[in-house]
Amino acid sequence: MPSFWSDNLPKLGQMFAAIAIFLAVLTAIFFLAGRANGKRQRPIAIVVFLGPALILLLFGLLGPAIRTLLLSFKGSASKHWVGFNNYQWLFTDPSMRIVLRNTVFWILLTPIITTGLGLLLAILLDRMRRESVAKSLIFMPMAISFVGASIVWEFVYKFANPNQPQVGLMSSIAHHLGFEPPNWLLTQPLNTFLLMVVFVWSQTGFAMVILSAAIKNVPADIMEASSLDGASGWRLFQGITFPMVRSTFIVVLATMVVATLKLFDIVRASTGGNFGTSVLANEMYSETFIRYDAGRGAAMAIILFLLVIPVLVYNIINLRRERTIA
Amino acid sequence: MSLLTRNKAPKLAEPNAGRKLFGSRGATITVWIIAIFWTIPTLGLFTTSFRPKEDISSNGWWNLFVHPHFTLGNYSAIFSTSTVSGIPNGIMPYVINSFVITIPAVIFPITLATMAAYCLAWVKFRGSDVVFYGIFALQIVPIQVALVPLLNLFTGGVHIGSVTLVPALHIAGKFLGIWVPHTMFALPLAIYLLHNFISSLPRDLMEAANVDGASHFMIFRRIVLPLSVPAIAAFTIFQFLWVWNDLLVALTFTGGTEGIDPLNNKLAGLAGTWGSHWELLTSSAFVTILVPLIVFFSLQRYFVRGLLAGSVK
Repeated sequence: MPSFWSDNLPKLGQMFAAIAIFLAVLTAIFFLAGRANGKRQRPIAIVVFLGPALILLLFGLLGPAIRTLLLSFKGSASKHWVGFNNYQWLFTDPSMRIVLRNTVFWILLTPIITTGLGLLLAILLDRMRRESVAKSLIFMPMAISFVGASIVWEFVYKFANPNQPQVGLMSSIAHHLGFEPPNWLLTQPLNTFLLMVVFVWSQTGFAMVILSAAIKNVPADIMEASSLDGASGWRLFQGITFPMVRSTFIVVLATMVVATLKLFDIVRASTGGNFGTSVLANEMYSETFIRYDAGRGAAMAIILFLLVIPVLVYNIINLRRERTIA
Repeated sequence: MSLLTRNKAPKLAEPNAGRKLFGSRGATITVWIIAIFWTIPTLGLFTTSFRPKEDISSNGWWNLFVHPHFTLGNYSAIFSTSTVSGIPNGIMPYVINSFVITIPAVIFPITLATMAAYCLAWVKFRGSDVVFYGIFALQIVPIQVALVPLLNLFTGGVHIGSVTLVPALHIAGKFLGIWVPHTMFALPLAIYLLHNFISSLPRDLMEAANVDGASHFMIFRRIVLPLSVPAIAAFTIFQFLWVWNDLLVALTFTGGTEGIDPLNNKLAGLAGTWGSHWELLTSSAFVTILVPLIVFFSLQRYFVRGLLAGSVK
């Protein structure tokens, strides 16, 4: 197909060219900077190694974050200062109340369920002789995009009128059990919880893999000593296993809180945020790019950031402590 | 921070070494039940993608196991280079776009992050700790915060009053305009993970190389890069999955430019317009899923090793 390849070969060319240029520039800089000697070597190395990353972070995250903060105090077209109007709207508007409520539900439920289930699986895996296939199956959804996941789950949640063939798995099961299936994704507030299931399905594998590695790292002699002392079952878990993996558990939990807050794709791809399922991150996108109100969108982004700050502070305190130990 | 490396492979517990919270058999059964539950939804998609259109709408996918009726027609339809239900050239152009976006968006940040991580770990300077914590903090800035200003930077540059700090870059709607944001957004996590790994490399090795008069560039190339392969591989998985599966960054920075849309975005759009073409949607979705699965399973053995040097205590 000449037209197909003439459309697409140049793209691949662009890709290879970009990679080649990137690596060539770096090699050249390394070569030149490596020739510097004596006193100048260290500062040059610092600039070369750290400079590119810092510039990108400055323009990509730090600058934009500050700009978003400013935008959040301006009106929809970012022309006039409006003070805290956007924030006031955010916390008083009736439609926003549902969004905030959903966001709170998500934060309270999904991280703890995902991490808890991950821990349970990690403990169970530790008891198994052979684990690899089951572990891979549970981890697999992690590699599936949320768009893919929402199509996958469509076949579970699909609804059809009772007189039509039931092609959705849950509807069909409900049918066989003899009750009328509701229109799953349109029923509030059930639909929000059904979307949470998709998140848990997708992320539990990650929690499991990390926690499973942490449990394997609990030194065998400690476990043996305490089981010789007569500890077993729940007591062993409570007294030894959990304290040994507690910090990993919290790291995973924090990661899940952040992932939940940023959550956008599941809602966007499955309901588009309609039917009372929207969350802050999704609403922020709609406000900015669909309703073109940059001010309100920015205010939501800032609220998201404020919600993450406790996690951030906790992580930094943890990190500092660990670095001083190490 | 890095138990795996610091304790030099502690004596690992044998499975069942006095850990009888659940019996081994009970554990195996429970895990397999969960694994089966976890797989059913994906299995539904997979089987549906091999069913003829009429079957998909007339009965549930599980009927395939009772009345086997397979077809490869859906796949030949989406891969054909003629127009499929309104999409010229099928989905192949979008698959290519996805690769063209993802591969550089993995290579760029990993390279820059490894450099920065080495510098922060081994070329300490006054304030390097502050820089490290700062980068760590940026990890949790929701990228939503950065989207609009970054888009403005690409289309309009940066001005303070009438002074132009950065001219308009005009890279929105081009591949470069997606590679750059992905690189930026990946750096904090990449630097953090790689820093944990690189800072736990043996000090003697670094000092010996220093004494031998090797420059930082030489040390980086000859020692740090080869030894960091597990961490680099682990982050490669992460970043590949993230970019390939991303919707938000691509939605924002392709600006709906048909020629550069990745498959995942196209799929999200098609879910609406192809609403009645489940045979095409499922087979396309399966293609989207398959690529990251292959990447994941081929690099899997590095995943835990590379990540854990950083996060498990």
